[in-house]
Amino acid sequence: MEATEIQERVIKILTPYVKDQAALASAGPETNILEDLKVNSARLVDVVLAFEDEFDIEIADEDVDTVNLVGDCVTLIGQKL
Amino acid sequence: MTRRVVITGLGVLAPNGNGIEQFELALRKGKSGFRHNEAMAAHGFGCTVAGVPEGVEELAEAAFDEELLLAMNPIHQYASLASLEAWQDAGLERPDPADETVHWDTGAIMGTGIGGMDTIGEKVVPMVNANKVRRLGSTVVEQVMASGVSARLSGIFALGNQVTTNSSACATGVEAIVDGTARIRAGKAERMICGGAEVPTVYSWSGFDSMRVLCRKFNDEPEKASRPMSASAAGFVPGAGSGALIVESLDSAQARGARIYAEILGGGINCGGHRGGGSMTSPNPEAVRRCIGLALDESGIDPGEVQAISGHLTATGADPREVGSWAAALGRGPGELPPITSTKSMIGHTLGAAGAVETVAAVLMLDRGFVHASLNCEDVHPDIEAHAASIPQELREMPELRVLMKAGFGFGDVNASLVLRKWDATSA
Repeated sequence: MEATEIQERVIKILTPYVKDQAALASAGPETNILEDLKVNSARLVDVVLAFEDEFDIEIADEDVDTVNLVGDCVTLIGQKL
Repeated sequence: MTRRVVITGLGVLAPNGNGIEQFELALRKGKSGFRHNEAMAAHGFGCTVAGVPEGVEELAEAAFDEELLLAMNPIHQYASLASLEAWQDAGLERPDPADETVHWDTGAIMGTGIGGMDTIGEKVVPMVNANKVRRLGSTVVEQVMASGVSARLSGIFALGNQVTTNSSACATGVEAIVDGTARIRAGKAERMICGGAEVPTVYSWSGFDSMRVLCRKFNDEPEKASRPMSASAAGFVPGAGSGALIVESLDSAQARGARIYAEILGGGINCGGHRGGGSMTSPNPEAVRRCIGLALDESGIDPGEVQAISGHLTATGADPREVGSWAAALGRGPGELPPITSTKSMIGHTLGAAGAVETVAAVLMLDRGFVHASLNCEDVHPDIEAHAASIPQELREMPELRVLMKAGFGFGDVNASLVLRKWDATSA
């Protein structure tokens, strides 16, 4: 799967959790999920579960800790596919 | 001098009408909120009738954004929708989530009897038993912790005063109002969102069915199932709903030019100590009389001034004793009791929400001068035949109504009561 397609699907999953919808419009690989998009940090658990369902993968707990940017999600998911 | 406390906003979800305008219409018409409940039937309940508000999810989707909705389970939706209506009814502005202002003088006591039992039954237990703990997600804790019911309100309304969830079974809703009032009287808050919420779920209702306290005799005639004060009362009908009141200091209400519905003259809370006939499941009649007396004492009015009673009155064997307690506490003989009515005859027993939903009804009756009918007691119980004329079989218009008492009596032998007075030109 192309990275652009993964990113598109990642952003779609993030969308309901994003408090700063304006920042979402310009989101890219360097966008920080907590700081730029203002996602509640507790909800990262739900976002990762949604990634698992969307891409039919399993993400280990230690991998979750490496996720800060939208690009990190895309890289991690790409490795699991 | 003791601070005066008033009610400036009302919100409600009830089985016979959502929102105070629909609810008032339903009360006036004597509209029943009971329907056959398929989930109860499917799970082998003896009682298959319940009172469930309609369209709650759609109301929540219209009122809250997607991020909030993902975190809310039904008990959060119930509590938040009634509170939002009450907040806006009080003329208060809904805070922008991006506005960092905290209302340090405003809090919430939003109670529940059983809380997020549906989430526990449908999600937590099945997933844990299937060893899928890691897939529970981040929202389960806030959905099943009792305090989540009130904590959710803090986020929506930027509340910075006390925010807590009380739980005293069927006395919960009235207790929340009494406690919120006391906090404002003590000068610790200017306004409190007070109320209660309870969701429809077989997991909460099953134990009551097993106790055989739910009505089993009118499954084919749902509208006749809830029969408070009737000789043919056969148990209560379970209900769901939520009620919220904006309880506010008179100073604050007047300073912001708020419309005032009623003044809370007095409140009482006690417990029967499981003595004198009281137990975990039945009330000590002396405690009930004392609780009514506590509210009257604080109000400073003469018991003879009480013009209407919204009873607890569930349609169980406790009703005749309750009516006797009201008569004794108010010093009224046969034929002297003021109109006494049961909102549960239309909506069932909404448990932890009951006191709040029914106090919303009581305030509407005071504000708009009527006492709603108490349905299904054409055959008044023989033990209270002497008070039969005080039970309104039909709507009674009472433009002269100024003082009303409301009470809730719950499992655990716990009691709560209120004396309310209509706000009018002579009140200030």
